Amino acid sequence: MQNIGEAFSLALALVASGDADLFEIVGLSLQVSLSATVLACLIGLPIGALVAISKFPGRGALLVLMNALMGLPPVVVGLMVYLNFSRSGPLGFLGLLYTPTAMIVAQTILIAPIVAALSRQVLEDLHAEYAEHFRSLCLSRMQTVSALLWDARYSLLTVALAGFGRAVAEVGAVIIVGGNIDHLTRVMTTAIALETSKGDLALALALGLVLLTIALGVNAAVQSLRMSARRQAYV
Amino acid sequence: MSSIDTAAFRPDTSIAPDGYAPLLPLRVRGLQLGFDGAMVLNGLDLDLGPHGCTAIMGANGAGKSLLLKCLHGLISPDAGQIDWSGQSPTQATRRQAMVFQKPVLLRRSVAANLDFVLKARGKSRHGRDALLDHVGLLHKARHPARRLSGGEAQRLALARALATDPDILFLDEATASLDPAATQAIETLVRDACARGIRVICVTHDAGQAKRIADDIVFLHGGRVSEHTPAKTFFPEPQTQAARDYLNGRIVL
Repeated sequence: MQNIGEAFSLALALVASGDADLFEIVGLSLQVSLSATVLACLIGLPIGALVAISKFPGRGALLVLMNALMGLPPVVVGLMVYLNFSRSGPLGFLGLLYTPTAMIVAQTILIAPIVAALSRQVLEDLHAEYAEHFRSLCLSRMQTVSALLWDARYSLLTVALAGFGRAVAEVGAVIIVGGNIDHLTRVMTTAIALETSKGDLALALALGLVLLTIALGVNAAVQSLRMSARRQAYV
Repeated sequence: MSSIDTAAFRPDTSIAPDGYAPLLPLRVRGLQLGFDGAMVLNGLDLDLGPHGCTAIMGANGAGKSLLLKCLHGLISPDAGQIDWSGQSPTQATRRQAMVFQKPVLLRRSVAANLDFVLKARGKSRHGRDALLDHVGLLHKARHPARRLSGGEAQRLALARALATDPDILFLDEATASLDPAATQAIETLVRDACARGIRVICVTHDAGQAKRIADDIVFLHGGRVSEHTPAKTFFPEPQTQAARDYLNGRIVL
């Protein structure tokens, strides 16, 4: 096992050299987590918007459930997806277990509630402001939802970012349904866990650095977009 | 601000096949509405004819804004009837527009705010720039709407209302927070709308404004219409003690 200083130097060298294995892992991580974020937004945003503009019996209980689902334990989600995709499970015939697709499904299930719950709050506040104007225009439910989603787009970027952050950083679900197979389902978090257990801190640290850089980069990009939107009074 | 080609904003008859059936005269009977445990409108009766500009006046809490929202279909009354010449409430609301005291502008450009309304009503955008020119905002078409001054924002709200080519235009204290110049600009647009045949019903506390733009005054007191007279007689000769007290600046309870 290397000491921290040595491991850090090796990690920087790995990143600088453009190590193929390292970037394969980074690429798969981004592919899985971005796909899951897009899918979670496609599912979560309309649900959040519909709940935001609707009044119905049991709405309070649904809000409690939506908020509770934000804290879904990744290993439990991984286990559920595993049971469904395993050979004896109801979706076993699809043969998706230990594939990136299964990992995308698991991460989508994990972050869709986050997107739904956070977007519901954002859109409900905006709807309170627009409601009378929209009723005056006799807008349909679909027109209302689409207008709210468009006008809240910069705030919803932050919601999507929260979902992406959760997806790219989680390890419990993807390791169960992906299996951490080299060159197939190994992503940054599972590789970090594996390399740390093997004592190869250089690769683990290199991956950790890339993960942090991605997190910082995405946050900086969204923050810059939001500041630009704020200057235009679009936030 | 320039004159406007109103033909560009005629109702789309493919959306409202009975769109030209008259909404007026309006007949309101026994309107009741409670708010925060108090009966604000209490058996209100009102008749409005097809032309001109009506100002609804009354002390704070008299129910002026609530009455306007009931008429526009934004609030359902607890009891009573609102009869827009037999038109269904939804059909009536679609042919009306409302400008609120605080303009609600979308987080978009000035032009996009108008585009949104035109698209919602199934109308083409070809008259948009003429309408922006009409309200003096064509040069700000690409500006963010929420960066407009109070007067400009209210003119945009009025333009948006006019873009729907309404039969009835409701104004809920639309100039309450504006300076005299901005108020005058709005009044000019309202008078112009009135002259084009749009029936205007406005709520105002500004007696000067009511004198300038209104043909008749509906004075609310005690949850009912206590006086409904032509503007030219309401101000010099109010018929009720409550209206006299209101015009003389005394507290009306």
